[in-house]
Amino acid sequence: MPDLLIELFSEEIPARMQARAAEDLKKRVTDGLVEAGLTYAGAAAFSTPRRLTLALEGLLAESPTVREERKGPKVGAPDKAIEGFLRGAGLTRDQLEERDTPKGAVYFAAIEKPGRPAAAIIAEVLEDTVRNFPWSKSMRWGTGSLRWVRPLHSILCVLSDEAGATVVDLDIDGIKSGNTTHGHRFMAPDEIIVTGFEDYAAKLKRAHVVLDTAERQQAIWQEATNQAFARGLEVVEDKGLLAEVAGLVEWPVVLLGDIDAEFLELPPEVLQTSMKEHQKFFSVRNPKTGRIEGFVTVANRETADQGATILAGNQKVLSARLADAKFFWANDLRVAKSETGMAAWAEKLSNVTFHNKLGTQAARIDRIAALAREIAPVVGADADLAEQAARVAKADLSSEMVYEFPELQGLMGRYYAEAAGLPQEVANACEMHYSPLGPSDDVPTEPVSVAVALADKLDTLTGFWAIDEKPTGSKDPYALRRAALGVIRLVLENDVRMSLFAVLKEQANEVAEGVAGVENQLFIQSGQAEELEAEFIKNMGVEDILAYLNEKDELEEGDRKEFEQGISFLERISDLLTFFHDRLKVFLRDQGIRHDVIDACIAMEGNDDLTLLVKRARALEDFLKSEDGENLLQGFKRANNILSQAEEKDGVEYSYGADVKFAEDDSEKALFAALAASEGAISTAIEAEDFAAAMGGTAALRAPVDAFFEAVQVNSDNEVVRRNRLNLLSQIRKVCGQVADLSRIEA
Amino acid sequence: MTQSTSNAPRSFQEIILRLQNYWASKGCAVMQPYDMEVGAGTFHPATTLRSLGSKSWAAAYVQPSRRPTDGRYGENPNRLQHYYQYQVLIKPSPPNLQELYLGSLEAIGVNMDLHDIRFVEDDWESPTLGAWGLGWEVWCDGMEVSQFTYFQQVGGHDCHPVSGELTYGLERLAMYILGIDHVMDMPFNDPDALIPLSYGDVFKQTEEEYARWNFDVANTDVLLRHFEEAEAECAAILAQEHQDPKTGKRIIMAHPAYDQCIKASHIFNLLDARGVISVTERQAYIGRVRALAKQCADAFVLTEAGGYSATPAA
Repeated sequence: MPDLLIELFSEEIPARMQARAAEDLKKRVTDGLVEAGLTYAGAAAFSTPRRLTLALEGLLAESPTVREERKGPKVGAPDKAIEGFLRGAGLTRDQLEERDTPKGAVYFAAIEKPGRPAAAIIAEVLEDTVRNFPWSKSMRWGTGSLRWVRPLHSILCVLSDEAGATVVDLDIDGIKSGNTTHGHRFMAPDEIIVTGFEDYAAKLKRAHVVLDTAERQQAIWQEATNQAFARGLEVVEDKGLLAEVAGLVEWPVVLLGDIDAEFLELPPEVLQTSMKEHQKFFSVRNPKTGRIEGFVTVANRETADQGATILAGNQKVLSARLADAKFFWANDLRVAKSETGMAAWAEKLSNVTFHNKLGTQAARIDRIAALAREIAPVVGADADLAEQAARVAKADLSSEMVYEFPELQGLMGRYYAEAAGLPQEVANACEMHYSPLGPSDDVPTEPVSVAVALADKLDTLTGFWAIDEKPTGSKDPYALRRAALGVIRLVLENDVRMSLFAVLKEQANEVAEGVAGVENQLFIQSGQAEELEAEFIKNMGVEDILAYLNEKDELEEGDRKEFEQGISFLERISDLLTFFHDRLKVFLRDQGIRHDVIDACIAMEGNDDLTLLVKRARALEDFLKSEDGENLLQGFKRANNILSQAEEKDGVEYSYGADVKFAEDDSEKALFAALAASEGAISTAIEAEDFAAAMGGTAALRAPVDAFFEAVQVNSDNEVVRRNRLNLLSQIRKVCGQVADLSRIEA
Repeated sequence: MTQSTSNAPRSFQEIILRLQNYWASKGCAVMQPYDMEVGAGTFHPATTLRSLGSKSWAAAYVQPSRRPTDGRYGENPNRLQHYYQYQVLIKPSPPNLQELYLGSLEAIGVNMDLHDIRFVEDDWESPTLGAWGLGWEVWCDGMEVSQFTYFQQVGGHDCHPVSGELTYGLERLAMYILGIDHVMDMPFNDPDALIPLSYGDVFKQTEEEYARWNFDVANTDVLLRHFEEAEAECAAILAQEHQDPKTGKRIIMAHPAYDQCIKASHIFNLLDARGVISVTERQAYIGRVRALAKQCADAFVLTEAGGYSATPAA
């Protein structure tokens, strides 16, 4: 069985696109071949800066012949029908077969699609692949109209078997396929003729090209760590950088250099960032001091002077860069240590737009400061410190260093706050208030940092909700999902207790007051507000509330519009709360809590206190896993079903309280007693937020409920007894309903 | 880069002269700088306008470029508000453009056997010209020495054929090749000349003068007015009938209109340096310059140099 080798040789492919492109090449070509009936045993794709390569093993020499039988019209059908059938099948009438069927004689056609040689199929598939390659960005060149990531120079396409190697002929806009490629651009630029993959890989290596990205990465890492180790140093690991650097070279040569002593006093993060972003250098650390003292650069060639010229050049470029960084650092420190300190920077932020509908950074900072102050007591922080921290936390955005290296925001804030002699908690908050950034990022625990981190994220969320810029589908340009998850983790991991709804409402008001164009101010007349909110938070729809209030005749016609605006405002906040709940569900699902368990708890009052909500959910999850829990759930469901059906049928709600005097059976009386006993115990436990105990309390109901259903027919002929029993079921629903809305639990 | 080979150039001007000779030998028309203030060599009509339309083109030239916000009173070793770019534009881009480029580095004394040259992804975009392209920044031992771009769109027009553009930042490249740390210390002419001049001898004072003017003195009211006037003049030029009433010839004034676009662009840069343009206004100004560039491009493709041919009426 033949093997296939394809190489697409071009000008330098961006490093970040190479791995994906190799995979796309493999997928497109193999999918196309398989679809045409050409199966293969194995496939491997490779990429270097100048080539995408695909090697297939054990390919069929030709696609199999396919036979298909088609049923046609009846014998004796009108000629037109028969001719139509023949056209479709590509046959003549004498090739048809007559066969008897229960419906009489019918024509059958046997169509045979002969197999095609592999080369013909490959040529088609490869041309289609090249012409429709899914580059994220592609270009034209010269006079052509073909698109590729950078000019495509040659196509190597060789099919080889025991008999030898043959070129699969194709011509794409003048680029003819062949059996040649080139080695390293500088070290071995001559043409190479290849006969198959092994020959190709071996000849490339001799021509100073390491084909396999993983091999290049490994070689770089090993050589870098070896050189560092030999000097008692260690390379700072950076997988992203390693992947990028391996995509910039075909023949990696690792060079280790020193950072000039005059730059060693710069913060290590500054050194690392500058070296990585500008020069794509790895940082080399002295494990004894923790300082960054050297760098590793990866050149693309060997030289007669062992890389001395290259290293000297790189060192010089680095020094120029670091001279800039040192200059910024000195200037920034001068400002931070001056009389005005970081306030001077904070002031500058009044000229910086945060978002054109949400005003300046300075306005935003005012809001965050006010909110941080408010949150402070809740998270155990000093209110003055929290406000102070919020006011300087983003000041570093005006610093020269952060202007140059935006990714150092926060961290520089901490350095500068320390230099300015601000309290340590404030300095820490400058850095930590951006956290957590990702799901695995550490969550701040110092109260001042927690307060500012929460205030920052909550303001962002309410702001974008107020101007209706919510994430949709995969689009989340302001990283609002991340912000919401950040709030969730900050609250949960610090055991913060607060009503999110109240905070969001307050903050949205601040946004609305400060920002022109956000018109949905809260216009709730006094006295109605509390009532309205109480209703609202129970997820009552807007129309329901309006109907309810209209009925109460409390609205003048003229106030209605204002009132509706208020409703719409509350609706947005309610929507934001739902967004939090959705994020929470995703977060808890990853921790193994079922979505229906969370739903059952979200349906309860106080669902905007996330700590409480999760506490409840965890207790319920545990409870439902126990045998008692499982059985009680069955009992509850049974009671709830019978009751719901009866209520629907009778058109009444059985919530008047059952009377033990109508109880006939012992099990019925026992249930009365059990309910009376657990109700008290459960509410006490709930009040103490001891959900496990509360659920344990309901567990005590399991035996009486089971016994009751065992012994008693609820729908008794005696209407009084029936009603009483329904009211008793209602009692079960009510008592169990204290812990969670069990009706939302799926079987 | 201080290796002493007989091939090493000795001065800033020698590097420029070698580039001129090299690209002349490769068939480029060696043009002169455009006689207006521009932010980069790309603004020269020999690049911006000539990259449009179907006609072949090959040009190389030095272009003095001005970036008022980069002024540092001649004190920063690398930053200048006035500096030189060397620009090459070839349309259609030849298949061996990378090799031609590497040849130019050898011509100015870069020994390919000792240095590490890399093509690192860097896509080019000029929001003011409504232009973009794909290419690289070229690194020599980790130092960016050139910008290499295949133009895809200019003035909102798709480029057909595609031009290949090379831009060398001359001061930085020369400092690297000559082994100089501060631009002002770089020999401008031969160090053994009768009167040796450094870059500082030629430009230190002007850097100071312009930095002061750019940052603190330029009259912003006048500049704002000039911007409006240039914008209006550009539109007025392009609104003229294609047929000149005096000569009866078809004369579309794409170049005079484009001069106004260049002017507006430079005035915008000055206003920016004076700090009178807010973040939101910035985008609006860039959009206005882009609109001019686009109109000029629209006009240029209707001219003969832009590929227009008056087919005789049947």
